[in-house]
Amino acid sequence: MDIYVLLKRTFDTEEKIVINEGKVSDEGVDFIINPYDEFAVEEAILLRDKHGGEVTVVSVGSEETEKELRTALAMGADKAVLINCEDLEAQDQHTTASILAAFFQDKDYDLILGGNVSNDNSTGQVGPRLAEQLGLPYVTMITNIEVDGNTATLKRDVEGDTEVIEATLPLLVTAQQGLNEPRYPSLPGIMKAKRKPLEEIDYDDLDIDEDEIEAKTETITTFLPPEKGAGKILDGELEVQVKELVSNLHQEAKIL
Amino acid sequence: MGRTVLTFAEIRENELRNVSFEALAAAKDISDGGEVVAAVAGSDDDSLAETLFHYGADRVVKVENEILDHYTNDGYFQAYLQVIQTVKPDVVILGHTALGKDLSPRLAARFNAGLISDATDIEVIDEEVVFTRPIYSGKAFEKKRVKEGTIFATIRPNNIQALDKDSSRTGEVLTEEVVINDLRTVVKEVVRKATSGVDLSEAKVIVAGGRGIKSAEGFKPLEELAEELGAAVGASRGACDADYCDYSLQIGQTGKVVTPDLYIACGISGAIQHLAGMSNSKVIVAINKDPEANIFNVADYGIVGDLFEVVPLLTEEIKSLKVGV
Amino acid sequence: MDFRLDEEIEFLKTNIRNFVNNEVEKVAMQIEKEDKIPERIIELSKEMGLFGLSIPEEYGGLGIGMVGKCALYEELGKTHNGYTTLIGAHTGIGTVGIVELGNEEQKQKYLPDMASGNKIGAFALTEPEAGSNASNLKTTAVKRGDTYILNGTKHYITNAIEADVFTVMAVTDPSKGAKGITSFIVEKSFPGFQVGAVEEKMGLKGSHSAELIFEDCEVPEENVLGEVGKGYMNALKILANGRAGLAARNLGSCQKLLDMCMEYVQERVQFGVPIIEHQAVAHMVAEIGVEIEALRSFTYRIAWKVDQGEKVIKEAAMLKLYGSEVYNRVADKALQVHGGVGYISDYPIERYYRDARITRIYEGTSEIQKNIIASQLRKEYS
Repeated sequence: MDIYVLLKRTFDTEEKIVINEGKVSDEGVDFIINPYDEFAVEEAILLRDKHGGEVTVVSVGSEETEKELRTALAMGADKAVLINCEDLEAQDQHTTASILAAFFQDKDYDLILGGNVSNDNSTGQVGPRLAEQLGLPYVTMITNIEVDGNTATLKRDVEGDTEVIEATLPLLVTAQQGLNEPRYPSLPGIMKAKRKPLEEIDYDDLDIDEDEIEAKTETITTFLPPEKGAGKILDGELEVQVKELVSNLHQEAKIL
Repeated sequence: MGRTVLTFAEIRENELRNVSFEALAAAKDISDGGEVVAAVAGSDDDSLAETLFHYGADRVVKVENEILDHYTNDGYFQAYLQVIQTVKPDVVILGHTALGKDLSPRLAARFNAGLISDATDIEVIDEEVVFTRPIYSGKAFEKKRVKEGTIFATIRPNNIQALDKDSSRTGEVLTEEVVINDLRTVVKEVVRKATSGVDLSEAKVIVAGGRGIKSAEGFKPLEELAEELGAAVGASRGACDADYCDYSLQIGQTGKVVTPDLYIACGISGAIQHLAGMSNSKVIVAINKDPEANIFNVADYGIVGDLFEVVPLLTEEIKSLKVGV
Repeated sequence: MDFRLDEEIEFLKTNIRNFVNNEVEKVAMQIEKEDKIPERIIELSKEMGLFGLSIPEEYGGLGIGMVGKCALYEELGKTHNGYTTLIGAHTGIGTVGIVELGNEEQKQKYLPDMASGNKIGAFALTEPEAGSNASNLKTTAVKRGDTYILNGTKHYITNAIEADVFTVMAVTDPSKGAKGITSFIVEKSFPGFQVGAVEEKMGLKGSHSAELIFEDCEVPEENVLGEVGKGYMNALKILANGRAGLAARNLGSCQKLLDMCMEYVQERVQFGVPIIEHQAVAHMVAEIGVEIEALRSFTYRIAWKVDQGEKVIKEAAMLKLYGSEVYNRVADKALQVHGGVGYISDYPIERYYRDARITRIYEGTSEIQKNIIASQLRKEYS
C-alpha cells in the first residue's frame, strides 16, 4: 500500500499561550507532532507492517518542521516530504489543502491519513478540503481501520456513538483519539531516521497559481480569555460544605 | 444591506437539536434585515418547519430524499450542495457537531470559499461579519473574518443564545427534492454508546471524573449525580489512560472541548491540557482530596475532600432540593 | 573546543525526556510505594531500546560514544533513581564486561538479547567479606574438565532478581591473590545457581539488591570472560568504565532537583514575597547551580577523554567521587530550600535525598575513590 500521512508541527499541549501584539507568541515554545497526526503516523506504520508498502509523511510548514518529520521517520515512517511555505503570506486551511492537492496531483496513493484536528487552530478542515479537491471519499474521526484488499472498514466516533463504515480505496481518513497508542520512537529508530530520505520542496516548485491558494479568511486579532477570579474553597463539615455548595449554585449562580 | 443566511438544521431522535436554534439566532444577527432560511433534511415531520419559524427562520426548505434518513457524507453533501445552489445564500451556517465538522469543509472547498469553524460568537461590525473562535483548545481566542465570497461557518453548541420562542411566527415552506448518486462511504451499522443519553458537547451540566476515580466502578457515584442533574458524564485523560472509561468521554486538549453552564470536576487534578478543555465553562465546581490541586485555581467553588464521600452527599442534597421546590 | 552535542544525540535526549516525563514520572510515586517498576514501563523501555544504549550497533545496540551515553544518562537521571538504576546497572556494569572483554562468540550469544532487554545483566563482585577490598574474594572456581565449579556467596548485587546474565568474579588460584581472580559469564539457569535474600533498602525502590548463592554451580569453560587470572583487573576496568555514566545520572538528578527548587522558590510565598527574594534561599539555589555546572563540565570532559581512547583511571575515580558528593550536597540543599514539603513523602524531594546517599557507597565508595586517586597521583609524581 502507498500510504501518506499529513503532519503538522504544533505547540506542545503543556504550553501556556502568550499573546504579543495580537498574535500568539512562539518564543521559547516546545513543539511536537500534532497529537492527532501522531495517531495517523502510528496507524500508517501499523498498516504498512501488516500489508506491506511504504509510509510517506508530508508536512506543509517551515524548515523547523524537519524535526517533527524526523520524529515520524524515527517512529518508522519510510520517507518524509517537507513543503516549505515560509515565504507565503496569508495562509489558511484553504491554502494548505490546495498546496497538498497540488503535491498529490502526480502521486499514487491508496490511503491518506491525517489528524482529525490540529491542537492549535482545531478547524479540522484540511483533510476534508484536500479530499474534496482530489475527488476522494473520506471518513473523519476514525477510531479503527481494517483494510482488506481494496476495502476499508472503519469505525467512526460520532459524539459517543460509533458508526461502522465501509469504503473503497483510495481513501482519506482523519484520526480521532482512541485509534491507537502512538509508540515512542526507539533509540535505534532515531539513529536510522537520519539515513531515511527527507525531501524538502518549496511550495512554488509545485504546479500552483499563487492567487488560487491565497487565504480565504483572515485573523483580525487574537486574545486571551478573561482571567477567572479566585474561586471559593468551602470549609466546615463535608455535609455543611455540600449544603452550602448546592445553595450557592441554586441562588447565586442560578444553575440548579 | 441585508444578507441571505442559510442554516442547516440538525435532527436527533426526531427532534431538532438546540444548536439549530442557536444557528438561527446567529443567522438573524448576520442577516441584517435580510432573509433567514433554514433547511432540514432527514425527516418528513411537518411540525419541524413550524418550530424553525418560531425560532427565527423566515423560510424553511424541506430537503427530501429517503437516503437522507441516515447521515452519509456523500448523501448529505449532494443534498446540501443542491440546497445551497437553489437558495444562493451569502452566508451558510452549520452546527459544529459531528455532522457539521464532517461536512462543512467539503462544502466550503467545493465553493472555493472560506470557512470559520467552531465560532463561539458572531458580531456584525461595519457591515463585516466577525467571528470569535477558540484556538489552542480555548487557551486563547481569535477574531476572524472571511475575506470574500460566500461565508461558511460552524457554531459551537451552547455558546450563542437561541432566540425566545415566538409561536406567532410563520413562513413559507419549500420542498427540495434532491438527487443523490453514488454513496462511496456506506454506514453499515451504528453502535449506540453505553453511557447516558446526554451528549458532552451539548450538555448544560457535566460531571467529570479523573484519576481519583480509581476504577471503572468509581464512575458509579458520578453517574448517579449526573442522572439527578440531567448531566453528561466526562473524564480527564488520566481516567481514560487508566482504562476507567472510554476515550470518547475525554475532555481536554486532545479530547472534547466543552463549555457547559456547570462543570463538576471530581478527583481531577487539573493538568493544563484538561483545563484547556473545560475552563471556559460558566461555573466550575472542583472536588479533590489534594488542596493544592490545580483544578482549584479555575474553580468557582471548591470542596477539599474524598469524592466518594462528597459526591453521594451532593446527589442527596440535590434530590432534596428538588423535592423542596 | 566545541561543547555542543551532536544533533543526533540531542534528538535522542529529547525523546528520552519525553518518555521520562510522560511515563516514568507519572508512576514514580507508585514505584516508591510498591517497590516495583510497572511492567508497562519495562516493556516501553525495551521497545525504546534503552537497554541497548551501551551496546554496539552490530549487536542490536545504539553504538554511541561515551559523551552520547552520558547525555542520555543525564536525562535518565531526571526521574526515579530506582528505575534509572535498573537501566543504568544493566547498561553499565551489567553489559560492559561482555562488550569490552568478551570474545566474538560471547558477544554474539549474549549481547543481542541484552540490547533488547530480553535478558538483563548484572555485575557480581561484592561479597560479605570483600566489599571495598575486592581482592579478598572467597568465591572459588575450580576447573573440572571443561567446566568451572563455582562455590560461594555474593551480596548486595544490583538487579539480582531481574537479571539473567551475571558477570561474576571468582578465585581460580588462591595462591596468587588479586592475580588469581577470573571473570565468568554466569546464566541464571546454570545448575547450582540461586538468588538468595532480597535486601530491604533505605531508597532506590524498584531496584533490587540480593544475594547470589553458588553451590557447585557449573559454568562452561567458554564462559570465562577475558583471560584467566585477569579478573581483578577486569573488575576495575568495568567499574572504571561505569563511572562516567554514573556521574551523568547523578548530574541529571541534580538538575531535576534544581528544576524543582526553581519552581518552588518562585511560587512559595513567605513574609509576603516569593522565597527566592530571601537572600538565604537565593544563595542556596545559586550554590546548587554552581555545583551542577561544575559537575556537567567535569562529566563531559572525562567522557570526551574516554571517546579519545585516553586512559582515565584517575579522572574516572575523581568524577565518581565528585559526582556522588555533589549529588548529596545538592539533595541536602534542595530539601532545605523546600522546608517541610521537602521532608514529606508525598513530594519527591526526600526520595532524591535518600537515593543520593547510596551513590557515595556503590560502585566503589568515596573513600576507595580517594585511594585510587592518591595512588594514581603517587605514580604520576614518582
